[in-house]
Amino acid sequence: MSKTATYAKIASTTLSTSQLTVSFNSFSGYTDLICVVNMTRTQSGNNFSLRFNGDTGTNYSQVYFEADGTSVIPGRNSNTNAMRIAAIAGGFGTDQAMLTINILDYANATTYKSALTRYSQASTIVGTSAGSWRSSSAVTSFEIGAIGATANFAAGSVITLYGIQAVN
Amino acid sequence: MPLQLYKIASVEVGSGGQSSVTFSSIPQGYTDLKLVFSARSTRANAVEDLLISLNGNNTGMTNRNIYGDGSSATATTQGGANILTNGNSSTANTFGNGEIYIPNYAGSTNKSISIDTVSENNATTAYAQMVAFIKPNTDAITSVTLSSNSSSSFMQYSTFTLYGIL
Repeated sequence: MSKTATYAKIASTTLSTSQLTVSFNSFSGYTDLICVVNMTRTQSGNNFSLRFNGDTGTNYSQVYFEADGTSVIPGRNSNTNAMRIAAIAGGFGTDQAMLTINILDYANATTYKSALTRYSQASTIVGTSAGSWRSSSAVTSFEIGAIGATANFAAGSVITLYGIQAVN
Repeated sequence: MPLQLYKIASVEVGSGGQSSVTFSSIPQGYTDLKLVFSARSTRANAVEDLLISLNGNNTGMTNRNIYGDGSSATATTQGGANILTNGNSSTANTFGNGEIYIPNYAGSTNKSISIDTVSENNATTAYAQMVAFIKPNTDAITSVTLSSNSSSSFMQYSTFTLYGIL
């Protein structure tokens, strides 16, 4: 019997008030996760981060490649306490930014976990990043946003989580 | 679980070519839009520079753009143009590919657009590109148009497919 691959909406939220981070903790039964963020920030600050399972240890590293309209900016960080997945500037009340965060094979309990992110904010930055969480634990929750920082999700930001179920 | 990536419409350019491709009367019931294309234009150059228009215009659109050509990477900022695909001086029978993602297209905020493209060419002139666009207008998007910035036409077998993501 053939199966149909699915790309299913798990959760979606439109923020009624500003908040620093958004968390998801209920997404069993899929192979990969995709989180689509459409947001603004009204406070200054650039880093936009990801943390798995509440792990605050220095177990993250990331490499990124971005451009600000003038310069090409490559970079990497290691042994950080959250995965820096994007640079989204604050202080632009109506300047939408979007991110697509791919969390691959999140439920496996054998390998370290990866996140691939593509981010766009037309007034400031376009880029992509790849990050690693050095834990073989299955991902059961994740938090995104201004982790350890002050720049917020503004009210009206839309965050949607999709699950992809691979077929054999 | 239901499939939540729905094909809204698709266009395959015929033998006469086509100066632009428009998806109009876009249903407003999805969350995001994804437009994928495989294109080649009549421009006498290895690469074509496409324009994107939303609701019939690209007024006020700006972008941050990064592209690599195999030897260096360049960062630019521009108005409504600068989406790269294949021109007619690229390797024969070869088309560039791209994906245009528009989140929250039916909402009442300014519209951000994320675009990834490659132009394919068995030669030294080929590009991989990422673009962040914004259209500073809060109207819901009801139409999307792609056209040449050099007044060229899309060639036969160019394809464009619009998906709604629920």
